[in-house]
Order: sequence, then C-alpha cells, then structure tokens
Amino acid sequence: MDIYTFYGLLTVLMLILFLGIVAWAYSSKRKPGFDEAAQLPLEENRDNSNHNRREDKDHE
Amino acid sequence: MESTIRYNENVVRQFALATVVWGVVGMGVGVLIAAQLIWPALNFDVPWLSYGRLRPLHTNAVIFAFGGSALFATSYWVVQRTCQTSLFLPRLASFTFWGWQTVIVLAAITLPLGITMSKEYAELEWPIALLIAVVWVSYAIVFFGTIVKRNVKHIYVANWFFGAFILTVAVLHIVNNLVIPVSLTKSYPIYAGAVDAMVQWWYGHNAVGFFLTAGFLGMMYYFIPKQVNRPIYSYRLSIVHFWALISIYMWAGPHHLQYTALPEWAQSLGMVFSLILLAPSWGGMINGIMTLSGAWHKLRTDPILKFLVVSLSFYGMATFEGPMMSIRTVNALSHYTDWTIGHVHAGALGWVAFISFGAIYALIPKLYGRESMHSIKAIELHFWISTIGVVLYIAAMWIAGVMQGLMWRAVNEDGTLTYTFIESLVATYPYYMVRLLGGILFFAGMLLMAWNVWMTTRAVKEEVPKPAAAQEA
Repeated sequence: MDIYTFYGLLTVLMLILFLGIVAWAYSSKRKPGFDEAAQLPLEENRDNSNHNRREDKDHE
Repeated sequence: MESTIRYNENVVRQFALATVVWGVVGMGVGVLIAAQLIWPALNFDVPWLSYGRLRPLHTNAVIFAFGGSALFATSYWVVQRTCQTSLFLPRLASFTFWGWQTVIVLAAITLPLGITMSKEYAELEWPIALLIAVVWVSYAIVFFGTIVKRNVKHIYVANWFFGAFILTVAVLHIVNNLVIPVSLTKSYPIYAGAVDAMVQWWYGHNAVGFFLTAGFLGMMYYFIPKQVNRPIYSYRLSIVHFWALISIYMWAGPHHLQYTALPEWAQSLGMVFSLILLAPSWGGMINGIMTLSGAWHKLRTDPILKFLVVSLSFYGMATFEGPMMSIRTVNALSHYTDWTIGHVHAGALGWVAFISFGAIYALIPKLYGRESMHSIKAIELHFWISTIGVVLYIAAMWIAGVMQGLMWRAVNEDGTLTYTFIESLVATYPYYMVRLLGGILFFAGMLLMAWNVWMTTRAVKEEVPKPAAAQEA
C-alpha cells in the first residue's frame, strides 16, 4: 500500500467518523437526554427541577 | 428551594473585576500604539514605550489578561451552575487567580524591557512560561475536578467547550515553550528553521481556535440561553459543532505560512482545513442566533442580549473572512498587510470582547446581589459606541490592507516596482486615523463599562447584605 492509498483510506475513515458522530447526535434515542441537558443553564431559576439530578436530595 | 449548594463566587468576582481592569489597560495601550503609527514621536524616545515593545504588551494584555480573566470568571461560574456543585479545591482556584495576575504583572514588566522569546502571542520568557504552565494545570484540576463531582447526569455543552479550551491550551503552551534557557531572561527554542515556524503557528492558530474561540463558545452556550431564558436552539447541532470544530481547527495553522519555506503540501493542508472550518463555525453561529427565534423582541430592550447576539454576527463575519484569506491566491494579496490586522480585530473586538462584555454585564449584578447593572442606558450606549468603533476599525483596515497589497505588487512594464514602500505607508495614513478613531470609541466604551461596574459594585456596600441562601435561590 503506497502512501497515497493510505491518505485516501484515512480520508474515508474520517468521513465515516464524522457521519457516525452526526448519526449518534441525531438518533432519536438520545433526544430525551439532550433535552434534559439543554435545560441545565435554566434550572437554577426553577423550583422542583430535580429531574436532572444524579440522586434526589431533600428539598425545603 | 435549593439551599444545599454553596457556590464559590469569590474567585468569579475577582476574575470578573480583573477582566474590566485589564480591558481598560490593554485597550488603552492599543489606542496608544495606534496613535504611534501615525505620530511616531509618541514613543517619547523612551525605549520602553517603543512600538515594538508595546505591541506585544497590547496583545498579551487583551488576549490573556482581559480575555483570559473573562474565561476564568465565566468558566468557574458556568461549571458550578450547570454541574450544580461548588468548585473542586477552592483554594487551588484562588491560586489560579493570584498566579494568573502575577503572570500578567510580570508580562507588563518584562515586555517593555524588551525581554521576549519573539514568538507571537508566546513572547513571555521561560520563567513566566513555567508559571503559566503551573497555573494552567491547576485550572485544569479545578475545572475537571468540579465536573467529576457534579450533581447532575449530563455535562452541559458549554463545559465541553471550556474543557477543550483548557486541555488544548495546556498542550499548545507546553509544546511551543520547549526551550533551552541560557540565562534567567533568555532562552532558545529546541526547534529550528521551518519546524520552529510550523510549531509556532500550530500554537498561534490554535490559540485563536481554542483560547479565543472554543472558550468563548463555552460562554456563548451558557449566556445566550440564559439571557433569552430558553434552551439552545439545537443541542444535537451543538454536539456536531463541538467535535467538528475541535478536530478541524488543529490543522489550520499552516495558513499563516503561505508562500514560505514550509513544504507546499503543508500549506495546502492548512488552506483546505481552514476552508472546511467555515462549516462548524457557522453551525455554531446559527445555533446561537436561532436560540432567539420566537424571542427576537428581547433584542430591542435588552442591551446585554445585543452584545451577545451581535458578537455572533461578528464571529460569523470573521470566520467567513478567515477561510477566504487562507486561500493561497487571496493570501498573496492580504498577507503582511493591514487586512490581517482588520481580520484579527473583527474577531477580537467584535466577537471576543463583545461576548465578554455581555457575559460580564450579566454576571456582575448576580455576583454582587443586585437586581441589575447600575445603568442599563450606559450598557446601551456602550453597545452602540463600540459597534461603531469596531466597524470603523475593520473597514479602515480592509481598505488599507487591500490598497497596500495592490501597491506592493504593482510593477511597471520594465519589471520594476511601481511604488516604494514609503509611498504605500503615506497612502495608509488616512486609514490609520480612522482606525485610531474606531479604537478610541471602543476604548471609551470600555471606560464606560468600568464606571458602570464600579457603580454597581459600590452601591451594594450601602445596602444591607442579603443572606447568601436567598441569592442562590
């Protein structure tokens, strides 16, 4: 395999990797998790927004 | 009601105030050296005030002192709020503040003395570079430690950008500063020739990509949703944005070395990656701007939001201009001219400074338990005079740069140069005047901000301090 074939294969690999990231990010399985994460900057304003917490803590 | 989390706000306050102080200093020096280019006598024949020594002082002050402090302040704030936990090792966080300020003071002393490594944006000599490395590793420990002890499931996308910025800058700084010291104030890089140039611009462009872009994108992904009070337009897009941006930026550096001794394949590689970079850059810009969809009316009344959103417009302009300038034939015209200076300031003033202004204006009242900044009108005025300032600055430099490029390449029929260098300099003077005016306006806006912050922080002392828990809720 000469170096140019290697470069070509590398380019194809990178393209597949990129498409993989896109497929991962846009898969419907991830949507609920992402929606939750997207709320994080807004949470501190809201009461009872503990659905994002790792474990439930006591609230006053 | 959350009363369990006690956020560390002291270090955020310190860095937020440092941002304002160094903004005034760095931009003030910028105005002085812009004036020196028109009236060289303004160096007063004092070596410490000569352009060649003050210029690195200006760049270091605005990038690392002003921008750096803004990044420390916002990243410490954002990582705590979005991880719903306090900082990991707060005393180490406090060390990063004092360590970083020491670095800045040392820079302000050594650069006018002419003590320099002569590497652009990495001028500081090895003892200071070592201190930077120690502070930066401490920063990484505090930041990633806080992420590890988070109380939420997800790591919010802003923290991904801040994290990439912190990690990459550590690697860039250490690799580019591998030197052999010959005395306390002098060292030589372990690299030589074209390799040295390539390492320097691998560092230099990634300083743009990670220090001045990824870090401030972290700011954008927190403060725009926060200010609009709605989640980011597309969280999925932000993930693709993140991975595409960080993996492509790393390879764009060689575009600083077009038509040099660098191998041509490396120059082409740099150009191609710079062109591809347009896609993730604009993806991020669109993601930020579209967060406002359905809430555009807020732009009319909220000057902080104006700063944040217009910063994205300048980001879009600069990240369109950059790939274009990396094309070798365009670069043949633009390189070594003032066009480059215009491009840098479109990014540095329009994007980096604007998003920092917006973020600091949003933070200061919260940090001092106030409803809002002392004067909203002053923010509005700050926004408009700095917008006019940036536009004057970059338009003047575009025209000056293209003109210089055309004059330098013009040849007579017999092959001799049409213009001498001094003729191109004389032709540039009017544009230097416009640039100075733009710079003065931008600096005036910074002073207005300093006054506004002073009044906001001062007023709190006259009031009865609220209990901390009430502020957090």
